[in-house]
Amino acid sequence: MKLLGNLDWSAIPLDQPIPMIASGVVALGILAVLGWIVLSGRLPYLWREWITSVDHKRIGVMYCLLALVMLLRGFSDAIMMRSQQALALHSMGYLPPEHYDQVFSAHGTIMIFFVAMPFLIGLMNLVLPLQLGVRDVAFPTLNSVSFWLTATGALLVNISLVIGEFARTGWLPYPPLSELRYSPGVGVDYYLWSLQISGVGTLLTGINFVTTILKLRAPGMGYLRMPMFCWTSLASSLLIVAAFPILTATLAMLILDRYLGFHFFTNEAGGNMMMFVNLIWAWGHPEVYILILPAFGIFSEVVSTFSGKPLFGYRSMVMATMAICLLSFMVWLHHFFTMGAGADVNAFFGIMSTIIAVPTGVKVFNWLFTIYGGRVRFTSPMLWAIGFMVTFVIGGMTGVLLAIPPADFVLHNSLFLVAHFHNVIIGGVLFGAFAGYTYWFPKAFGFKLHEGLGQAAFWCWLIGFYLAFTPLYVLGLMGMTRRLQHYDVPAWQPWTWVAMAGACLILVGICCQIAQLWVSIARRESLRDVTGDPWNGRSLEWSTASPPPAFNFAILPDVHGEDAYWGMKQRALNEDAAAEPAYEAIEVPRNSPTGFVCAFFATGMGFALIWHIWWLAIAGILGAWATFVVFAWRDRTESEIPAEEVARIDRANRAARLGASTREAVT
Amino acid sequence: MSEAHHDAAPGPEDLAPGEERLDGSGVAHGVRGYLIGLVLAAGLTAASFYFAGSGLIYGPAIPAALVALAVAQMGVHLVFFLHLTTGSDNTNNILALAFGILIVTLVIVGSLWIMANLNHNMVPMSRVMQMQR
Amino acid sequence: MSLAEPMDPNRVGDLPIEGGEAPGRGLGGPAPVRIVVGYGFWIFILSDMVMFSAFFAAYAVLAGATAGGPTAKQIFDLNNVAIETGCLLASSFACGMASLAAGARNPLWFHVSMAATFVLGAIFLGLELKEFAGLAAQGAGPQRSAFLSAFFTLVGCHGAHITAGLAWLLTMSAQVVAKGFRADIMRRILCFTLFWHALDIIWVAIFTIVYLIGAGR
Repeated sequence: MKLLGNLDWSAIPLDQPIPMIASGVVALGILAVLGWIVLSGRLPYLWREWITSVDHKRIGVMYCLLALVMLLRGFSDAIMMRSQQALALHSMGYLPPEHYDQVFSAHGTIMIFFVAMPFLIGLMNLVLPLQLGVRDVAFPTLNSVSFWLTATGALLVNISLVIGEFARTGWLPYPPLSELRYSPGVGVDYYLWSLQISGVGTLLTGINFVTTILKLRAPGMGYLRMPMFCWTSLASSLLIVAAFPILTATLAMLILDRYLGFHFFTNEAGGNMMMFVNLIWAWGHPEVYILILPAFGIFSEVVSTFSGKPLFGYRSMVMATMAICLLSFMVWLHHFFTMGAGADVNAFFGIMSTIIAVPTGVKVFNWLFTIYGGRVRFTSPMLWAIGFMVTFVIGGMTGVLLAIPPADFVLHNSLFLVAHFHNVIIGGVLFGAFAGYTYWFPKAFGFKLHEGLGQAAFWCWLIGFYLAFTPLYVLGLMGMTRRLQHYDVPAWQPWTWVAMAGACLILVGICCQIAQLWVSIARRESLRDVTGDPWNGRSLEWSTASPPPAFNFAILPDVHGEDAYWGMKQRALNEDAAAEPAYEAIEVPRNSPTGFVCAFFATGMGFALIWHIWWLAIAGILGAWATFVVFAWRDRTESEIPAEEVARIDRANRAARLGASTREAVT
Repeated sequence: MSEAHHDAAPGPEDLAPGEERLDGSGVAHGVRGYLIGLVLAAGLTAASFYFAGSGLIYGPAIPAALVALAVAQMGVHLVFFLHLTTGSDNTNNILALAFGILIVTLVIVGSLWIMANLNHNMVPMSRVMQMQR
Repeated sequence: MSLAEPMDPNRVGDLPIEGGEAPGRGLGGPAPVRIVVGYGFWIFILSDMVMFSAFFAAYAVLAGATAGGPTAKQIFDLNNVAIETGCLLASSFACGMASLAAGARNPLWFHVSMAATFVLGAIFLGLELKEFAGLAAQGAGPQRSAFLSAFFTLVGCHGAHITAGLAWLLTMSAQVVAKGFRADIMRRILCFTLFWHALDIIWVAIFTIVYLIGAGR
């Protein structure tokens, strides 16, 4: 048995300048950041307060940071694809086909699994316990494990840039191309193990959130008093619990085919490749609803806060959300209408796909009616929300168009499809994530983001998006297929140039966002949020300090109605400030390195399995198991914050709020 | 979460899944429950094995009969071993189970229906491989 | 009261806060840890059932794809399956006894029941491994055909879960010896019993659909 399996020096693509330069730059960047952390003595702080933290707020911030960093990698892939297509008329462009295939596969994989999912899970992590009026999620250490396993997946995908290669099969590796015979390299293996490992993390998150929302709420918070973001997070988490096991099983079957010579999806011995497509989309369709539902919830929060009105039609919103949750499991065949299931099957799933637009329409109307008659403030979260409403509706309408099987037969796998799903994902998921990021940033860090740069970023993204993707609708109708490395139809090229311009404008928008973060940190004192309620919010997270203390609430709030915090504020304004509550000691879960260490072993195991280094794989599995046993063996699971400390922290918060509201009343 | 720290005996609140209320009636009652479950499950298993091989049931109906016996046995497990009841203190657990059953049904029935139609319309693999040459 | 309106803009109504007659609606505040842990594990079990359903779907689709190789009728030994089923059912019963013993805080009864659970589960596993080895030896291994791949994966996945359960059982018995019936260990025992009974439920589906119906083809 070779010590390093299939790994040798030829795995590093020394002859390809682009990955070598990219990895070189990234490596330098990582070394610089690590060097700064270690040399300035911040490593113990980082280990104690962030890496081993089981606090949902810290974990949420780390998820969002991971998402933003991976957005840069995924967007670089996008720029490469747009520029390649702009150049590749009657020419091979600058990206050889083997490389171009990896670029579009990595782009999709990274954007879905390591940008969109972590961003929304991060926001849910940060906000859910605060909105529910409780101290943390149901299983804090499991939460940490989930994050670090997701980070492991991201790390493996990025390692593939410099050691080995990535999959060339698209973001969903259809067999038989993804079988060993036609993809003998390590690319598909990188994909498979990266997603299996991070998939475990996501599933654990889903279980965590379902249990938190259903079993951990402040006293008096019945189901119909939860904020809308909690309802959509519940629906999304139920979908995670229901759908991700299908992904695990399907990828496992492909792994068995590749590693042990099984015949689930092979050409010979009875394999059925169509079954992969069926099962993977039975996961894949709920996945896109997992992405969009929390974004819908963010928009509900943002729209109601910045219109100064409670959300219109709360109960119909709840019904619509749960209807979308259920229906999303009955439409998946619309991703493969053209695979030949016949008219009956296609018709059923086509009709179900058009029906699912109805509850979404209910939600859009409710948002519009919430804005109508309100005192609207056009802050950047509100701009993202309005941009979403226009863009997502257009994308949704093209979706309903594609849901008609005869239309789909013309447009399947064309750039029209690509434009549609980018329309709904960027306009829906990404705009929602950016709205939530801007809206809850002051809660997480205690100072707002620079508003001017935020608005500039929004306009660049909005106009850039339309410039980049409207041409793709046109190209799709003109017959251009997706994933083309080169083409020979001259009429297509001008449109690809417009799309390139749009991508460049989005790049400017991303630069504005990076600048916004930089400037906000530099000017944080002038952007400071002292009261914890910078937007005049309506739900409970705005009743805590910014950032909230480790225990969130000194006393769990008593919830008397919907828009719980709004009621409290009105009462507080109308009465004298309530007497100080009786403070008690609070127990908080202890930090634990379990998540980080487990992920360390998982990374080793994944890398070893990819390169067939069997001894290392076994060591990784045993290490992860041992970590878990050590964690299960510990005796002290919580540490206590004494009552005096709780009192001191809470008094400071109350004084800051009272001071601010007195100043407001005077002026 | 100091409020959530007490593991008090079940009161007017939910039961965790798998828990049963044994206040007062004692261990004997618990053992009886498991014994009844064991006997019923063993009986249903024996019936399944017996009917599968014998000619007592009309041949094409045997799969349906076996599935019915299996569902009954799953019910025995859920009630006698997992203590899932229809009481209001078990509502959340039953709802979660119902959701799971719904998803399982959609995946299996949906996949079978789709794959049957796809296979029916699909050229046999041997012909496909021939066409590649 | 004039303050009622901003607090209940959609007239959901004033629900009682004490939570007396509405168990499970969570109006009394966060649930006790025991319920939170049990419910969370229950949700995990349901996700596991969905994973098994994907393997079941694959098996059902590929059941006829024998590629000229051995069919279900030819390779299944129903007597062996009957013994395996009996062992697993008895193991489930023993697990129930163990949970009663833990509830009564009786260490001797607990360890005896857990040992019985382990032994019966190990016998099940041994019989299954023997069956797999025998099939592989006669050329009916998972690489022979799609049907066999699906069979080995579905039944093997169940066996892998049993193996993990046995390892968990050993770890937990060691914990009870070391630390007694502490509250968090009691919660884990509850989770283990959920897991073990759920595996028996899945086995009911497997022996019915894979073995009994399969052998009749």
